[in-house]
Order: sequence, then structure tokens, then C-alpha cells
Amino acid sequence: MTTVALMVSTRKGAWIFQTDSNRAAWKVNGPHFLGHIINHLVLDPRDRTTLLAAASTGHLGPTIFRSTNWGQTWEEAAKPPAFAQAPEGQNGRSVKHTFWLTPAHGNEPDVWYAGTSPQGLFRSADGGRTWAAFSSINDDLKYREWMGSEKDGTPDGPKLHSIIVDPRNPKHLYFGMSGGGVHESLDGGETWRVLISGMDVVEGFGFDATNPMFHDPHCIRLCPSNPDRLYQQNHCGIYRLDRPSDTWVRIGKNMPSEVGDIGFTMTLHPRDDNTAWVFPMDGTQVWPRTSPGGKPAVYATHDGGATWQRRDAGMPKEQAWWTVKRQAMCSDSHDPVGLYFGTTSGELWMSRDEGQYWECIAQHLPEIYAVEAIVL
Amino acid sequence: MKVLIPSALLSYTGASQVDASGATLGEVLDELDRQYPGIRFRMIDEQQQVRRHIRVFVNGVSAENLSLPIQPDDQVVIVQALSGG
Repeated sequence: MTTVALMVSTRKGAWIFQTDSNRAAWKVNGPHFLGHIINHLVLDPRDRTTLLAAASTGHLGPTIFRSTNWGQTWEEAAKPPAFAQAPEGQNGRSVKHTFWLTPAHGNEPDVWYAGTSPQGLFRSADGGRTWAAFSSINDDLKYREWMGSEKDGTPDGPKLHSIIVDPRNPKHLYFGMSGGGVHESLDGGETWRVLISGMDVVEGFGFDATNPMFHDPHCIRLCPSNPDRLYQQNHCGIYRLDRPSDTWVRIGKNMPSEVGDIGFTMTLHPRDDNTAWVFPMDGTQVWPRTSPGGKPAVYATHDGGATWQRRDAGMPKEQAWWTVKRQAMCSDSHDPVGLYFGTTSGELWMSRDEGQYWECIAQHLPEIYAVEAIVL
Repeated sequence: MKVLIPSALLSYTGASQVDASGATLGEVLDELDRQYPGIRFRMIDEQQQVRRHIRVFVNGVSAENLSLPIQPDDQVVIVQALSGG
């Protein structure tokens, strides 16, 4: 019998929830790193054994922990992600936290990528034990300009995220920066090109849409069933990109106008490239970034974004001002697909029927930053 | 010399007071890292700055400069700032 494991990262530690293929009863393993800020806890799908945790605390610098026994013991990285030391007299950057972890291609066991805040791209070739800057972007003057400053990022710092490896080609990579746009490499990170055509920028300020600095992709996903199709939840809408085109199409225009197409997170169907789910946020006036009207819902598309359907059965009908962050919604590979999301108010929700009905599987957790699902 | 360790770093040292030596504050911290791998980067960033919520006191005086000379009988106290929530 298969099991589903959920890796739940929070502002105060990490938990692992596990269930059987019926996804009815969940066993909880945790807390791990109680009191530590865990931005991302990821199980390596290549060996289904290695867990990496991106950790920091309110006081201490950032690091990466590694476990091969489901968190019974953890080994700290001997060399966590860190920027190069600046020459004497110059100001250098320091990693505030590792935000994103991505296992590399299946043909590259032990290789991982990491995205940091402020924006930096790092790589490990030894299963997360040591990390080094990857490619030249961390110190590239043009990229540094696009990355902006602390003022240009999310409230807890600008981030490099959504590091994606094409399952057909380990040298074909994507990543996103909040802010700083979407970027693609076809040569294993030797060179990068900007991929922001079609993406909108915040209106009314005269921002140049051709400048990556003004773009804020929140979450980019590549279709497991069709690596030529990507979806994106952006600060300015929901998009789809069908390669070889370089132009994103704003499919969020088809969302109900009273809900809009602002949000942080997005997850995709493992076998159907026309199906995706988003969790809309209120992006009006002061940007509350909560469920519009206090009525939370997932919205699903089954036709590549041409139409969207509200999926809120089982959720509160009013006065539920939820926020779901960009790493905090995911799907499993069962049939029907299981969907999962965690709220900043510490609730973990699931649907075992592709969003038709939702139920809460955990409450009273700390602020949830990330939820990752894997079928074992 | 004696180095006092804050609770957030006890997972490295296992003790709230440890011995370390060095001619400068930076060397003392290097020595701590040799004894307790990883501890230095949790306190000092890659630009060799004391992290925002860490304070280091040498004989009761706040120290930010890693080249500060240290005498064998000095006392080094590492403190986690009262912050967060």
C-alpha cells in the first residue's frame, strides 16, 4: 500500500504528516526544529529518503539540515549557502534565509538547487552537505539591478524561488525572483535569458514592462505531464506559457472579476496539463492578501485557464480571512489527485477528490510557510 | 578563555560555557567553529559582520570588530538579542 507524506514547514518548526493511500487518517511526526524558522522541507523524490530543511531562527544565521531517517537525526550542512565576501571597502550581501530547495534532475543524484533571500542561486553536488554559488547571477551587475533592494521584495525579504529542472534535460532550468522576473537557461546555468514577455506590471506608475525589475512572479510550475507547458501565479495575475513560445498568456483574466487573479500559490495536475488550481487572495486597495470577502476557495481550471470553477465545499462560508503562501499548496500523484494547502493561521487542509470537497486535517500549527506532498 | 554561549547555540556546544583561545575575537570564533562546526556562521555572516540579532561582549563591552585583540583572561559573552515573537 502506498503512503502519502506531507512535509509542512512553518515559522516555528516543521512537521511530517503521513497517511495511507485512502488518505483518511494522518499520523503526525514532529515538531522538528521547534522554534526555528523552516522555509522549506523537501524529501528527495529520487531516493525517497533524503530530507533537506532550510532553517534559520530569529537570532541565528541560516543553514541547511539533512536527514536520511525521517528526521530522527539531522546533520547540518558543513557549508550552507552564502554569498561571496565583498572586497575590502565594498558592501556585500549576506544570505538571510534559504527560501527554496529543488532536487535536480533524476540523472544527477545528490545535486540540489537552492534559492535564497536576498536573491541568490546555489547548488549542492553532495546531497546538501556543501553549497556553492551556482552560475554567475549572484554577482552579475545586471542581475543585481533587477534584484533591487530590500525595499523591492516581499515583507520578509526578496526571494529567488521556483527553481525548475526540465525532466527531459538537466541543463534546461528556470527560476523566478520576487522581484526580478522569470529566467531560463538552456546550458546548465552558463547563460540565462529573461522570460517575461506577456507578463503585466503594476499599473499606474509608468513601470517599464520590459524591465525584469518590475516583475514579481510568485510561483511558477512546470506541468509534470507536459514539460513544454508552465503556469505562473504572479503579483499581477495568473499566466500560462506554452513553449516554444516565449510569451506568457494571462489566463487569470478568465477568473470571476469579483475574485480577481491575485494570489501566491498554484499547483498542477500530475497527468493533465489542462488542470491547475490556485488560491486567490484579495489584491485590492492595500492588498490585504486574504481570501476575498473572507470566503476562502480554491479555483480550478480544467481547460488550461479558459474557464475557472470555485471549489470551496467543506471550507468556512464566511469570516475566514486566510492567507496561503506561495509554497503552501501542492498536489499528490494519486488518482483522484489529492490537494493540500496550509494557511498562515496554522491550518492544514486537504481534498482527496481533486478539490470537490475539503477537510481540515490539522489545526493550531504555527504560520505555515510550505507544504510538499510525496507518494511513497 | 571562557566563552559564554546563549541557549540558541547550545545544540552546538552542549554547554553554556566553553573554552576557546585566540589573539583576536575573530580567532576565538574560528577556534569555536573548529570545536563546534557550523557555530560561527550562525553568529557571523559571510561579510564578517556580527548578525543582526547576535551581540558579542568582551569584558562587558559590546564588540563588533572581529580584529579586536583578546587577552587570555578576557571573558567573551555571546548573547542572542531579545527580539522576535
